[in-house]
Amino acid sequence: MTDLRVPNPVATTLQNGPSESTAPAIGQMPETSTPRGISAVRKYLLSRGNSSGSDRLFAGAMLLCALAIFALVALIAVELVTQSQLSWHAFGLPFFYRYNVDPVTHLPLFWDPVNGVFYALPFIYGTLMTSLVALCIAVPLAIGLAVFLTEMCPRWMRAPLSFFTELLAAIPSVVYGLWAIFVLVPLLREHINPILIPIFNAPILTRTLGWTGLFGDNGLFGGVNLGLGILCGGVILAIMILPIIASLTREVMNSVPNSQREAALALGATRWEMIRMAVLRNARIGIVGSVILGLGRALGETMAVAMVIGNSPEIHLSLLSMGHSMASVIANEFSEATSDMHRSALIEVGLALFLVTIVVNAVARILVWAVTRGTPARVQ
Amino acid sequence: MGVGIEVKALNAWYGSNHTLQDIELNIPANHATALIGPSGCGKSTFVRCLNRMHETNPIARVTGTVRIGDLDIYHDISPVEIRRRVGMVFQRPNPFPTMSIYDNVCGGMELNGFRNRRELDEIVERSLRNAALWDEVKDDLKKKSGASLSGGQQQRMCIARALAVDPEVLLMDEPASALDPVSTSKIEDLIFQLKSQYTIVIVTHNMQQAARVAEKTGFFLNGRMVEFDSTHKIFTNPSDKRTEDYITGRFG
Amino acid sequence: MKGNRGRTLRSLWRSGVDHMATALAILATVLVVAPLIAIFFYLVYKGASSLNWAFFTQIPKPEGEVGGGMANAIVGSAVVLFVASLFGIPIGIGGGIYLAEFGRGTRLANAVRFTADVLNGVPSIVMGIAAFSLIVVPMHHYSALAGGVALGIMMIPTVTRTTEEMLLMVPHSVREAALGLGVPNWRSVISITLKTASPGVITGCMLAFARVAGETAPLLFTALGNQFWSVSLNHEISALPLQIYNYAISPYDDQHRQAWAGSLVLIALIVIAVSLVRFFTSRGTLKGAS
Repeated sequence: MTDLRVPNPVATTLQNGPSESTAPAIGQMPETSTPRGISAVRKYLLSRGNSSGSDRLFAGAMLLCALAIFALVALIAVELVTQSQLSWHAFGLPFFYRYNVDPVTHLPLFWDPVNGVFYALPFIYGTLMTSLVALCIAVPLAIGLAVFLTEMCPRWMRAPLSFFTELLAAIPSVVYGLWAIFVLVPLLREHINPILIPIFNAPILTRTLGWTGLFGDNGLFGGVNLGLGILCGGVILAIMILPIIASLTREVMNSVPNSQREAALALGATRWEMIRMAVLRNARIGIVGSVILGLGRALGETMAVAMVIGNSPEIHLSLLSMGHSMASVIANEFSEATSDMHRSALIEVGLALFLVTIVVNAVARILVWAVTRGTPARVQ
Repeated sequence: MGVGIEVKALNAWYGSNHTLQDIELNIPANHATALIGPSGCGKSTFVRCLNRMHETNPIARVTGTVRIGDLDIYHDISPVEIRRRVGMVFQRPNPFPTMSIYDNVCGGMELNGFRNRRELDEIVERSLRNAALWDEVKDDLKKKSGASLSGGQQQRMCIARALAVDPEVLLMDEPASALDPVSTSKIEDLIFQLKSQYTIVIVTHNMQQAARVAEKTGFFLNGRMVEFDSTHKIFTNPSDKRTEDYITGRFG
Repeated sequence: MKGNRGRTLRSLWRSGVDHMATALAILATVLVVAPLIAIFFYLVYKGASSLNWAFFTQIPKPEGEVGGGMANAIVGSAVVLFVASLFGIPIGIGGGIYLAEFGRGTRLANAVRFTADVLNGVPSIVMGIAAFSLIVVPMHHYSALAGGVALGIMMIPTVTRTTEEMLLMVPHSVREAALGLGVPNWRSVISITLKTASPGVITGCMLAFARVAGETAPLLFTALGNQFWSVSLNHEISALPLQIYNYAISPYDDQHRQAWAGSLVLIALIVIAVSLVRFFTSRGTLKGAS
């Protein structure tokens, strides 16, 4: 070892001027005997040994954490699949589309836990309809908000407004549900629906467009006006997914280079033409991605919908009618499931929801990622 | 006191890029040795091979022998241990941003588990004095963050940090290239004073700097060592044509 | 002349459309902001008027009786969230460290990152089912532990991705400084890289925390809810969101009142928790010393 050397403080022996000594031979031992011997620092550090053991342990532990993420997703998938076997074997694929007919009323019968009838069609319908209503309301508003925030808003308003919209995302879904029950439902029942119903049921529309089935007593706004129902679920969902769509759309719009805007303005475009040609066109794939991401959230959203959708496993075209969504039926019935088959059927609904949201989210991520990473995703 | 370095048949790669080819070199103990050459000639890679920092890059590879003192650093010892014996100062000052000046200087000790406060106080003062920074910072050692110092002070703090672990060899990778002239001359004075205590290897693209501080100079070109001799000889009477061209400013 | 007039008409039309678009964007903004204000207004108005001392000190009265509070639900939420953080944050940070420090650019890291995104998108109700079959079924009863694990799993992806992003922002030179001193890699990662990135990492943890603090769906059939005091991990436990849900759909006015109060408290707790941590971490970094 070459460590028997003097660690004497340089400060006391500093000398100026170039050293005249010639280079010593390689590996030459420095003078040994010194008053202090090997320095405490060096002695300590030499005693530490190499750390390859602890380093490997640490790297292993971190790898384990990363693999735990895999394991959790796999575990969730496996549990959902195994626990839904009972219902899968009993009903197979028709679980998702078939229904029985009630012998007395001759109405379709989808879901009757007491008599062991389990078909999931009304939940799929309810989920799709509420999400559709939510998207129809949220997408134009979110894009309008994003356009306003990125292109039109005075600078001083920008920060508070975007902070405010982001605050929407921090409100728990059960609080949205509470607000919907006590504010939104009465509002729809007493003020908004009374305006919409006559419009959709106007004789001129029923006569000319009645063949579409969207108007009149059996149309989108037929039936009893309770306030609760699919429309209400859709509206509350719209409020919940707005911040997601708006903030992502804003991000995508911000990533459109300013030179594009300037180019359009230089051609004499008005501000709106500039937004349409330079911003919206370049950002549209990212916007679609953020809309799909919002859809992913809407599909899986549980509590707020469960609190206002009415919770009845039926299918009616009317937005005013009660319904049930995939998530809400699980929330409502799971802990009071009447039989193993009932529980298994609910888990199968959960499995379907799981798979659909994975696909929807993956598609959305790829689209958003393609734009914000700057890869040319502008298919003309 | 420093120890000498003996390099034999050293080859290094970044991916498929053969950055060092068959380097043979004997660096004397307790002297400053300068390595010069145009950018990309492999001189930085070379010093990074002397404390096995080269291999922290996952695509890097190295073969050959490097003996520091009587240890073959690629066979007898782990990278962590050799880096405790061979201090390094980097091109840009790289203080630990969340730490005070005090903690920055004794980082090498503390992070290796050394806890004796009294000794640490001593080490910090000695190292900062050695790095000619003590008088400037002694009043706010624990109050100021290391990152709040000026660039030149940061670099001297980094030198103090390297000195605090009492290394046998001090590697400096263009230590003054990111600094202003005043700070640069301070660093040069420092090297001049330290070289009787430590074996110093300094990479520089500044030939005057090499001439001012080093006894020995090596000239690197395209991953090979073209010439290694006393600084005086290299700058006045180089034996290789390419060295002469570089020294006289005909390229690079 | 004719061409000229056409041009004027056309430019009138264009500027009309422009004004229209501006008006529509402003309308959209107003339509977004209005319900927001309404929600906050109702929350503060209905919540604050229903808050009283009993709300924080008493447990629920039997159904139909007036009075009582949500003390057990507040404590229950704290217990469940503590379990969730204990479970989710270490795994999340570990995963983030792996992605940033060890797995950079590897195929495994990409797969982990994608899986984290998938996990992030799993509906919370599905997470409840998973925790039910993983913990409640083997243990044969509902428990605070099951609720905590369900929420913990939901925290992991957020924590992992922010940790990774924050670690990647730490300059490479700082890592080299530590390695160059012969500091073991594990020590360098923990004491230098992670510490430098800690304000961002803590913010990520708080975001995850705030997100799960209001979750109801995963607790419905894991923690289940409880009318009485309980802090045991082994028994069903109450939580604020659960209690709000149960009271919101109940037929009693007094319980509606408490649901509003509970919502206000829940949001206040989330906001306070987040800003407290922000405050302390920013103070820590300003000082600059460890």
